Parts: sequence; structure tokens; C-alpha cells
Amino acid sequence: MIERDAAGRALAHLVLIVGVLIVAFPIWYTFVASTQSVETILRPPLPLVPGGEFAENYGNAIFGGMSRIGGVGVGTLLFNSTVMALGIALGKIVISLLSAFAIVFFRFPFRMACFWMIFITLMLPVEVRIMPTYKVMVDLGLIDTYAGLILPLVASATATLLFRQFFMTIPAELVEAARIDGAGPLRFLRDILLPLSKTNIAALFVILFIYGWTQYLWPLLVTNDNRMNTIVIALKKMVSFADADTPWDMVMVTAILAIAPPVLIVVLMQRWFVRGLVESEK
Amino acid sequence: MPKAVFPNRLLPYLLLSPQIAVTLVFFYWPAVQALWQSMLREDPFGLKTTFVGLQNFSNVLADPAWLNAAWTTVVFSVSTSVLSMGTALLLATAAEKVLTGKAFYRTLLIWPYAVAPAVAGLLWLFMFNPAMGTFAYMLRDAGLAWDPLLDGDQAMGLVVVAAAWKQISYNFLFFVAALQSIPRSLLEAAAIDGARSGKRFRTIVFPLIAPTSFFLLVVNTVYAFFDTFGIIDAVTAGGPARATETLVYKVYTDGFVNLDLGSSAAQSVILMAIVIALTAVQFRYVERRVHYG
Repeated sequence: MIERDAAGRALAHLVLIVGVLIVAFPIWYTFVASTQSVETILRPPLPLVPGGEFAENYGNAIFGGMSRIGGVGVGTLLFNSTVMALGIALGKIVISLLSAFAIVFFRFPFRMACFWMIFITLMLPVEVRIMPTYKVMVDLGLIDTYAGLILPLVASATATLLFRQFFMTIPAELVEAARIDGAGPLRFLRDILLPLSKTNIAALFVILFIYGWTQYLWPLLVTNDNRMNTIVIALKKMVSFADADTPWDMVMVTAILAIAPPVLIVVLMQRWFVRGLVESEK
Repeated sequence: MPKAVFPNRLLPYLLLSPQIAVTLVFFYWPAVQALWQSMLREDPFGLKTTFVGLQNFSNVLADPAWLNAAWTTVVFSVSTSVLSMGTALLLATAAEKVLTGKAFYRTLLIWPYAVAPAVAGLLWLFMFNPAMGTFAYMLRDAGLAWDPLLDGDQAMGLVVVAAAWKQISYNFLFFVAALQSIPRSLLEAAAIDGARSGKRFRTIVFPLIAPTSFFLLVVNTVYAFFDTFGIIDAVTAGGPARATETLVYKVYTDGFVNLDLGSSAAQSVILMAIVIALTAVQFRYVERRVHYG
């Protein structure tokens, strides 16, 4: 450090502690609420430490169906969210890897046209083509299906760009050596490119899983059946301030369960997460 | 680009086909439909459709409700970006200063990234709703007429805070990366020349992180425009009295609730133009950044 500035460092710690408190507080507040009875939740101020209803509330949420959302259990909702997030993450990785492989390691007519076609999808987020995309889903009979939740979000310009960039750094000698040894393109992909791409894939996976899990507008449009809801959509449907018998304890438990899986992935795979975030945006 | 390439003719098309199929069916076809729909008008019973050229666009651009939504979007985006980037920069600078606990602080600062926007909105609503929110209760106790479900400005404040909160992690990580890339020797030289920490920040650190800040500004604007639909839908549903109705939210309500397809499509096309402009800015900047090193 340049100056031996103990006071400055103490101030920095103070700023960080206040920052952490602000960042973490909303989640802590909801967690505390999820361990209280409905009566306590409805009588503010809420205590700052967890109450005694932890086991009861979480047990009810997980093992008893919730009447508010058509008797669908939290397990089904978590399952739907997991299928959607995994489907989107793995789907994007597979089709982008294959596209980038084709674009970098082959020469064929319309190569750059294909590249630009994929690239331009960056500029067409779901939000700007809501109605017509919805109509396509109705025509294809994909409403209330997992394919309907996943497919329209599975194209990825960002992932394709990232893999393309990475493949372009692979030395030509490596490709030549593989060809001299008699390896065809698919064998080269499986035995050389895939192992080299492992960290990139892990980094992208974290980012894309979170992208899939946190989707809102699309699952809202494409699911009518309560059994096909993701946990985020179901949570939104449960919350009603106008209604006197909103089961607030169950709402809080559902909120925590909607937050926990992606947060755990970010915290546990922090190294890949930071890498994926910083690199996929470049 | 590797010079050695594989000679296959058919294989590359097979490899590309899944991605191309998805983009054609779910991106290009709907986008073309949106363009076409934006030039049509249906009568209220959906029986007759007439071609009206650019009529829908001029209607949208003259509509006070649309102009109101455009202004709301600007206020919302600017406040969210400034609040989130300001907080993140402060935290990143502090994180660069401390010697111990850096990893610990980072872990605790990055999790809002993983919270869905709609859920982020609900978390803040739990704390601030007038029925049971602890902070609403405290504000009212302090004599403030707090009710974001009735007061437009308070509703806007609440969605801005929720949206900015979720984005702090992202901005923080990018600012930390930018600060770490500043050569130590520059700062040391300035310190030897007698520049205090405030002056060093103004004359060295700030200019060097300017490209990152600009990049983040674009990303935050895109986020505030498009990814915050969930926050607004969950917290205010565009209310009270349209005080938090952004452009994307209006496309949704006009299309799915009011079933005014022509107008909704025209609004989509305008949004598309905004995204294209923002993406172009973002990529021009990425090319420039190469020269910054």
C-alpha cells in the first residue's frame, strides 16, 4: 500500500460492512419472516432474529400442497424451474459450441452470413417480440410444455461469440497435427476441443443457469396450467395484498426456496461465475 | 483464425442447423411478423384487417400515454444506473483498500445477482408495503405518509431501489476488475509526487476506469429497459396511475391486456430500434477499448 493509512482502511471496512448489510438485509428479512407465524408477520415490526416456526413452515411448504396456486406443491415448482434452467443452460452451450466449431474450423458458402444471423439475435430480446413469438408458440402447440419454456430462449449469440473467440486462439498446428494423425472433425471436437473448453463451459454454465432460473416474462406468457409454473411465477401469483387470507408464512418460505438454488450456485462456483460474467460480456 | 480447416462440405451446415433453426423460428419469423403487424390495423372485432402504413407509429409517437411511459423509462433507467453504479464504485474502491477479508466481502456482495428480478422486487415490497412491512411501519411512525401502492413517486422510488440493489453485484465485480488493472507504479509515482488519495482518484483512477464505467452505463441501461419487467410487474404492475409504466411494460399491457395488436407491434419495433442503437454503441466501445489496453 502506498500510505500507511490505518484510518482510511478502517473507513473502507466500515463502508464494506454497511454495504454488505444493505445487500444482505432484504434476504435476511425474508428468511426471518419465513420462520414466523402469519400473525407475527402481519404485526410489524418484525423481529430481527428467526422465530420458532422454521420446521413447521418449511415442512408445510414442502410436503403439503399450497391451496393458493391450485394445490401444486413447492417440489413441482422447484422441479419446473430446474428443468427450465438446466435446459436453457445446457441447450445454449451445446448449440453454441457446435455453431462456433462450424464457423471457425470449416470454410463453406454463407459462413459469415450464418455468423451474422446468430449475432443479430443479440438485438432481439424476448421483450420486443412478445406477441408474435407467443403466436408461434400457440401455432406449434408448445403452450404449457417444457419445450415451450426452453426452446425460444435457447439461441445464444453471446455464447457463440465466446466460443468463437476461444477457438480462434487455438494454434493451427494443433489442428494440422490432429489431421495428420487421422482425426476427423468430430474426433477433434471430442478429444481436443472439449477438454480445452472445460473452464469456459463451467463459467458459461453458471451464468446461463441463473439466466434461465430468473426468467419471468416468458414463463408468465407460455404457462397457463399451474402445474407448469416456475417457482418465481408461482411466488408472484401467491402475493396479494388485497386478499386478507394470503398465507404470508408460505409466501416467505417460497421466496427463500426461489432464491436459494441460484444463490448457492453463485457462491459455490464463485470462481467460474466471476470469470463467466466478466468474459461473456467482453 | 486457424489456417488448417477441415474439408467437409455438409458437416458444417449440420453443426449449425440447430442454432439456425431456433433463430429462424423464434427470432426472425416473429420479428418479421412484428414489423408486418406494426403496419396493420384490426377492427375492434378482429374481423377486418387493413394496411395502414406508418399510421400506427405516428399514433404511438403522438400518444400522451406512450410519451409518459418513455419519460418514466428514462427517469427509471437513469436513477437505477446512477444509484447502482455509484454504490458499486464506492464498495469496489473500499474493497481495493482493505488488506484482509476481501474474499469474504466479495462473497457477501455478489449474491443479489442470482436473485430473480421479480423476487428482488417482492423482497423490497415485503419490507416496505403498508400492510405489514417493518420499514413502512417505521416510516409511518416517523410521521411520513408512506404508501407506495397509492403514491406514484414512492412507488417509483421502491422499484428503483429494488432494481439497483439487484444490479450492485454485477457493477461491483466489473469495477473491482477495472481497479485491479490499474498499474501500481502509476499510483506510486503520483504518491511520491505528493498527490493525496483524493487527487489520485480524480486524475489517475477515474480516467482509467472511464471505459469500464461507460460500458457499465450501457449494460445498466439495457438492464433497466428490458430485464426489469419482473420487478415492475411484481411490485407495482405499472401503477399507481401509470407512474411506473415503462415502455416494455406498456408493450405487454397493450398487447395482452388491451389487445391492441397494431399499436403493441409498433411499440415493439420502436424498442427494437432502441436495442439496436444501444448494442451498436456497446460494440463500438468494445473495439475502442482494445486501444486502451
